[in-house]
Amino acid sequence: MNDATGMPQTAVVIGGTSDIGRSILRTLVARRLRRVVLIGRDEERLRVVADDLLGIGATAVDTVVGDVTDAASHASWADDAAAALGQIDLVLVTAGTLGDQSLDEVEPSAAARVLDTNCTGPAAAMVAFATVLRAQGHGRIVVLSSVAGVRVRRANFVYGASKAGLDAFATGLAESLRGTGASLMIVRPGWVATAMTAGLTPGPLATTADAVAADVVTGMGRGAAVVWSPPPLKWLFAVLRLLPAAVWRRLPG
Amino acid sequence: MSGGALPGQAPGAVPATRTVLSGWGGTAPSAAQVVRVTSAAEVDAVMAAAVASDRRILARGLGRSYGDAALCAGGVILDTTGLDTVLEADLRTGWVRAGSGVSLDTLMKTLLPRGWFVPVSPGTRFVTVGGAVAADVHGKNHHVDGSFCSHLDRLSLATPVGRRDVGPEKDPELFWATAGGMGLTGIIVDATVRLLSVETTQMVVDTERSDDLDDCMARMSARDDEYRYSVAWIDCLARGRHLGRAVITRGDHAGVDDLPVGRRARPLDFDTPRRPPVAVTPPSGLLNPLTVAAFNEAWFRKAPRRRRGHLESIASFFHPLDAVEGWNRLYGRRGFVQYQCVVPTHAGDAVRRIVEHVSDARAASFLAVLKRFGPGDPGPLSFPMAGWTLALDLPVGAARLGPLLDSLDDLVVGAGGRLYLAKDGRMRPETFEAMYPGLAQWRAVRQKVDPDAVIVSDLARRLGVIDAPGRRAPTTGSGGR
Repeated sequence: MNDATGMPQTAVVIGGTSDIGRSILRTLVARRLRRVVLIGRDEERLRVVADDLLGIGATAVDTVVGDVTDAASHASWADDAAAALGQIDLVLVTAGTLGDQSLDEVEPSAAARVLDTNCTGPAAAMVAFATVLRAQGHGRIVVLSSVAGVRVRRANFVYGASKAGLDAFATGLAESLRGTGASLMIVRPGWVATAMTAGLTPGPLATTADAVAADVVTGMGRGAAVVWSPPPLKWLFAVLRLLPAAVWRRLPG
Repeated sequence: MSGGALPGQAPGAVPATRTVLSGWGGTAPSAAQVVRVTSAAEVDAVMAAAVASDRRILARGLGRSYGDAALCAGGVILDTTGLDTVLEADLRTGWVRAGSGVSLDTLMKTLLPRGWFVPVSPGTRFVTVGGAVAADVHGKNHHVDGSFCSHLDRLSLATPVGRRDVGPEKDPELFWATAGGMGLTGIIVDATVRLLSVETTQMVVDTERSDDLDDCMARMSARDDEYRYSVAWIDCLARGRHLGRAVITRGDHAGVDDLPVGRRARPLDFDTPRRPPVAVTPPSGLLNPLTVAAFNEAWFRKAPRRRRGHLESIASFFHPLDAVEGWNRLYGRRGFVQYQCVVPTHAGDAVRRIVEHVSDARAASFLAVLKRFGPGDPGPLSFPMAGWTLALDLPVGAARLGPLLDSLDDLVVGAGGRLYLAKDGRMRPETFEAMYPGLAQWRAVRQKVDPDAVIVSDLARRLGVIDAPGRRAPTTGSGGR
């Protein structure tokens, strides 16, 4: 069960090997998290994260090999996780890919793959888990969106559009969960130094996975609906959103 | 799964709705199907339906437990407030048999004009008899009279294996497992309570201020036994040499002779103040270290340095916060936690260290309450033990709150003390296990009346009260998917 300060005892992670997800889990294990189900594509990398969590105090970490784009398996993920954990306190959705913009904007199947991995797949998985949380009468979904989806840029519009779709879907799902005891929190990080962004030039207000994790856990403690990380991005994007297209287009980065 | 009657019952027999509930602290909400009952027969029917349909169930009264003790996510919440009838009473020897949904407010309004008072009164009148049993509540007279369940003759319990009538003589194991058992041994249907005879509805009160915590504890140790009721309010935001400055109030029921001549004709009139509600929920953060320190300062200055024999009404002496309806909402949407611990008498130094921790952390705590407990009763999950109990209210939201309270837990466990389940919403399962050495014995008794863990609460799931931690927690049942 989530405690009075919003800290979970059990969690399911979709995209169980992401750097941000791993930082969040480490922070939560230091509080109350004990039992975890990690879902991801690479068994070996899942095992590394599982051993890491077991080493710092988790008591049981199950790994499930699966692909977030395989919507047909999502209902069984949710049911199996509920059976393994008893109660699902937290569903952490971190699956995602940056894609390769130059390829994605000319190759239809590549564009579809980014949209499936970042938007369609996570949205379908959230539907499956939201059904379990509604029946439980409690539990929280935390989904990693991105500021890239707040206003989509020419330079990475395939990734940005996928996150915009995910963010909009999550916003609607959060509304649908009101009055059910379950809830959903959207996380909008800025540019984060992770394996996914290795080799790229940092954007403005660049941050780290650990800093995002700290912001996420604070947001959970406050029952936030949306967490921006770092928090000043909220105000920056309030302005950027309103810029005329001609100005927006000329911004560097 | 929303709405409708429980499976196995005629539609509409007992209305049920799916509702999001939380405790008095407003934290960790969860949704359950709420079924309001108005008779013992309906309690049995709802229990039977829950068993038949493999649903989880829990009784809830006025929802004054602070954390998740009266929540049953995904299950059935049996609202007992319709069991609000005083079933039997003997006003010569002084006892009542009351439905579990009767509030102590109702009991006082009914009984005080006839010269009887409840044996134990917690800080609010707005708790039910069932809740008072389930939490084995204590009051300012614990050092003299013990807790609520020490004043019971009999309880009727609706368990998944049928009705059980228990008392200190009849099936004492199940009776004491129910005393402080947080409603997990069965649904309390009614309770027979022995009453306290009073001549008036006024209290004779002595008030004194102490300049620091050591002074306060010394004064309480020295002279508590001269009073039936005793409590101290501590300013946890005071620092340095004023750390733990306090106002001690002690008193007893006034006799007719203590009243001014003009009031002696009607000594048993019981007036409760009108209750202005908190009209809007202010933003979380209204109660911060600055505003709370200012309040605490004003409150401390207002108290007399020393005053003896002052007359005060029962309502103002026992239930000052009841004068503001919904005061809990002052903490805003995020809510608050109340941290209440007890440490054995010889470990009084732990109280000082806890107050120091809270003061150092500048956690905005309204006045904390300090009181001496007498010996506990035999209930394995009953909270009181001979020693010092300290209660603090703290707003939720600051990231450091969780780690701060965990460090207090370590102090309490180290001192051989424990936390009060009716207040808890955040301790760890292993902490709970360390604090309640009678837990294994309690589990064995509970197992006999609820082998399938039909009765469960969010608190029970969080702390592994029913199942040892590590074992699989009970699921929400098959009703929802």
